[in-house]
Amino acid sequence: MIGAAHYVALSVILFALGVIGVMVRRNMIMVLMALELIFNAANLNLIAFSDRLGDLSGQVLAIFVITIAAAEAAIGLGLIIALMRLKDTITLDDADEMRG
Amino acid sequence: MDFLTAHFATILFYILAALTVAGGVGVIALKNPVHCALSLLATFLMVAGLFVLRHAEFLAAVQVLVYAGGILVLFLFVIMLVNIKRMQPEQVFLSRLAPAAVMAGVLLGGIMACLLLIGSFGPTGGATAALQSVQGQNLGNTEAVGWVLYTKYLVPFEVVSVVLLVAMIGAIIFGRRDPALEGRGGRMER
Repeated sequence: MIGAAHYVALSVILFALGVIGVMVRRNMIMVLMALELIFNAANLNLIAFSDRLGDLSGQVLAIFVITIAAAEAAIGLGLIIALMRLKDTITLDDADEMRG
Repeated sequence: MDFLTAHFATILFYILAALTVAGGVGVIALKNPVHCALSLLATFLMVAGLFVLRHAEFLAAVQVLVYAGGILVLFLFVIMLVNIKRMQPEQVFLSRLAPAAVMAGVLLGGIMACLLLIGSFGPTGGATAALQSVQGQNLGNTEAVGWVLYTKYLVPFEVVSVVLLVAMIGAIIFGRRDPALEGRGGRMER
């Protein structure tokens, strides 16, 4: 029988993949996509423990997470467009004005 | 669907989990952003399937509608918009610190696995019926989620709507054409 532990293991794998993606990719769109992987990992955990505890709060929290993810995607993609206008590139290594 | 989730839950979980991980690897390893977006779509759909296996049917529908239908289309729009200018897939697409980053991610995953697996041996024993019942009546998952969302979590729900409004305003402001933000040499003159 598949328990919450299986879901936690899958969610950890997905989360680690997302973190690796955020650190490894140079394209800003790809960094945002890796962030979505992290959100999905969190949602998997919430759903698995909601089922395990028989408590709907986990599912409601997952709805909130999806909402925030949508807001984050809109802001992030707006930032990509702004960066594209400003520097004509979306490679993060080129956006280094703040580097000391 | 009930038949499938009741009798083949284990095999379905392993198939969906394998495809989820494969999609995630595709997202971070493929070069072409469009391929990455399609890989992300596969991940979203498989995660929706996993939600169904955990009796979260409404969340599965929301996952497909909002993630696969909304956010992913937004990503594809931006990819197309940016692709016109310059985004050669064949350029170096990984950062210089990639090996160290992969090591750090694996380490982080190991630590989190230890901590979370300890947590997953904690209390158990909620009835699945609790995910589908409103005040004792079995009405289905959507009604139950709506009931909890609009009673217990009403205030957070309203706060989240304000967050969405702020995000919308922010996205509009970022996307606006501002002369002070034009690139050097004014490449974007209309």
